[in-house]
Amino acid sequence: MRRYIVALGAAAMAAGMISGAQAADKVKACFVYTGPHNDGGWSQQHDMARLAVEKHFEGKVETAYVENVAEGPDAERAIERLARSGCNVIFTTSFGFMDPTLKVAKKFPDVKFEHDAGYKMADNVSIYNLRWYEGRYVQGQIAAKMSKTGVAGYIVSFPIPEVVMGIDAFMLGAQSVNPDFKIKVVWANTWFDPGKEADAAKALIDQGADIIVQHTDSPAAMQIAEERGLHAFGQSADMSKFGPKAHLASLIDNWTPYYIERVQAVLDGTWKSTDTWEGLKAGLVVLGPLTNMPDDVKAMAEDSMDKIKSGELVVFKGPITKQDGSVGIADGAVADDKTLLGLNWYVKGIDDKLPQ
Amino acid sequence: MRQRFGDVMTMLEGILLTIVTAATPLLFAAIGELVAERSGVLNLGVEGMMAVGAVCGFAAASTTGNPLIGVLAAIIAGMLAASLFGIVALFFVANQNATGVALTLFGLGLSGLIGDSFVGTPGIPIPKVDIPVFSDLPVVGRLIFGEDPFVYAAVVLAIATWWFLFKTRGGLIVRAVGDNAASAHALGFSVLRTRFLAVLFGGACAGLGGAYLSLVYTPQWTQAMTAGRGWIALALVVFASWLPGRLVAGALLFGAVSILQLHAQAIGIGIPSQFLSMLPYIVTVIALVVISRNRALLSVNTPACLGRPFVADT
Repeated sequence: MRRYIVALGAAAMAAGMISGAQAADKVKACFVYTGPHNDGGWSQQHDMARLAVEKHFEGKVETAYVENVAEGPDAERAIERLARSGCNVIFTTSFGFMDPTLKVAKKFPDVKFEHDAGYKMADNVSIYNLRWYEGRYVQGQIAAKMSKTGVAGYIVSFPIPEVVMGIDAFMLGAQSVNPDFKIKVVWANTWFDPGKEADAAKALIDQGADIIVQHTDSPAAMQIAEERGLHAFGQSADMSKFGPKAHLASLIDNWTPYYIERVQAVLDGTWKSTDTWEGLKAGLVVLGPLTNMPDDVKAMAEDSMDKIKSGELVVFKGPITKQDGSVGIADGAVADDKTLLGLNWYVKGIDDKLPQ
Repeated sequence: MRQRFGDVMTMLEGILLTIVTAATPLLFAAIGELVAERSGVLNLGVEGMMAVGAVCGFAAASTTGNPLIGVLAAIIAGMLAASLFGIVALFFVANQNATGVALTLFGLGLSGLIGDSFVGTPGIPIPKVDIPVFSDLPVVGRLIFGEDPFVYAAVVLAIATWWFLFKTRGGLIVRAVGDNAASAHALGFSVLRTRFLAVLFGGACAGLGGAYLSLVYTPQWTQAMTAGRGWIALALVVFASWLPGRLVAGALLFGAVSILQLHAQAIGIGIPSQFLSMLPYIVTVIALVVISRNRALLSVNTPACLGRPFVADT
């Protein structure tokens, strides 16, 4: 028992020495996933970035991960175990890991923590997230161009600001092409249930939608669109394989550039606690591959993406009217990040009633 | 006007078709569990057996390119998983509830391991039945003559199970073992063998239900894609008071409400979606409770030895 404690102490000391302010020769980067590493969506995208980090820093960076970690108190144990095992930087990749990450970070001041999708920071806890809504806007434009019925079906998980932001951005994009465009919304009340997502897609199609967009994780809706000869957008990962004829563009999470940059900072000894919220410009959000669409639609999509990257096109720039007709964002004003992160209203033209 | 009528009919057909397919995996899993419970064994591992069936079916079908081999693999895998339960719970007389829950956890984990390299690959499509003229009939055409083969199999299986349980000597033995294991044993029937076979049948059916999910419903494999359907199947058996006919009705009702709530949302009727998501469970429970109010019928059909282990004192 005593030997165990001594060993632990030595490990902690070693960890402390490596992750001090100076540059390090070797870094251990660790990851905590909420799903299996090969879930085909959210966690898999994080894991692909982990492998890319390992390859990029060949020999200099060692990685480790823990998968299937339930959000909540259990996460604390998993994160703490990693911190004890000599990880220099730990990426916790789900909203529900927020408080556990902060708790463990307090106990291990020399370890760097990076929490995805949360809003609480500390000296050794950075936060990072993606501006998916930029890609959603372009998806809306593509949908409005490609739809024959003028109706898109939108399958969503839970009424949180990130999801509402996506629906609004999609509608704003669609309206920029066709002001009369309609969206039908179905709340699946789950992030992942292929059967239910397929049912939702069928219901939306039976009611006249000919384009399916989703904010849930499985490629089931894409397969239904393929079966019915219609179109759909992929989510999280490139889903074109699941709908060779149906796939238009997937909204892909690309964490690789961010993870490489942060691990580099740990290696250089320049790591600081930061708040990152980036999208198309930084290459963290990727809309692609653009398939099954005529060249003019493709050109329009690429042009919009360029304009978003250059800052010429801002998605949430007024005038934007709320669903009830009141002013959402005043003429010429740009919604700040705080407003966006608390977004709880629909833009005008969406038929659904937002669950509160 | 005519056009509109046509649209409504097409939509109605779409809704009915979707309801039937949503009920099918539940029906498969539940009919197997019904037989196991009729023999007196409560196997809570349905979700795990479905997951194992789903992954083995998908793996075998994509490796060989033959969906039929996938179906067979799913059935065998479900039976293997069930045999684990059977050996531990029946022959080693472990607690059935605990063993069943363990089987669910084990099955979900094992399926993730087996399916590791199959994530992200689309499955091969299974053709739907298509009978010229008949399949093109309005509304009922595709409903009756244009489903995928599994739907017909599920219906046949439900009828065959009813016939077996209530019209054959074998079925009588299964029910006798479930109602009074000691008497059945005294009459010279092998309680454990009968129960083991019933559990195996349950595994085969659960595997088939899983294969329906990964091969037909959403031709793909991802861990946990069964998403709790095994538990719903378990509940359906109890609420159907162990009668195959009611089970079909219960599965269809559950399917109907879960599909209609999505349609209600898409139409935009303004009822909170969280409430609509609860509806399938509420409606099914209420409906089956109402039809189960006949106490006499219920007491006749509830296996009296359900969940009770049997040890022959020789």
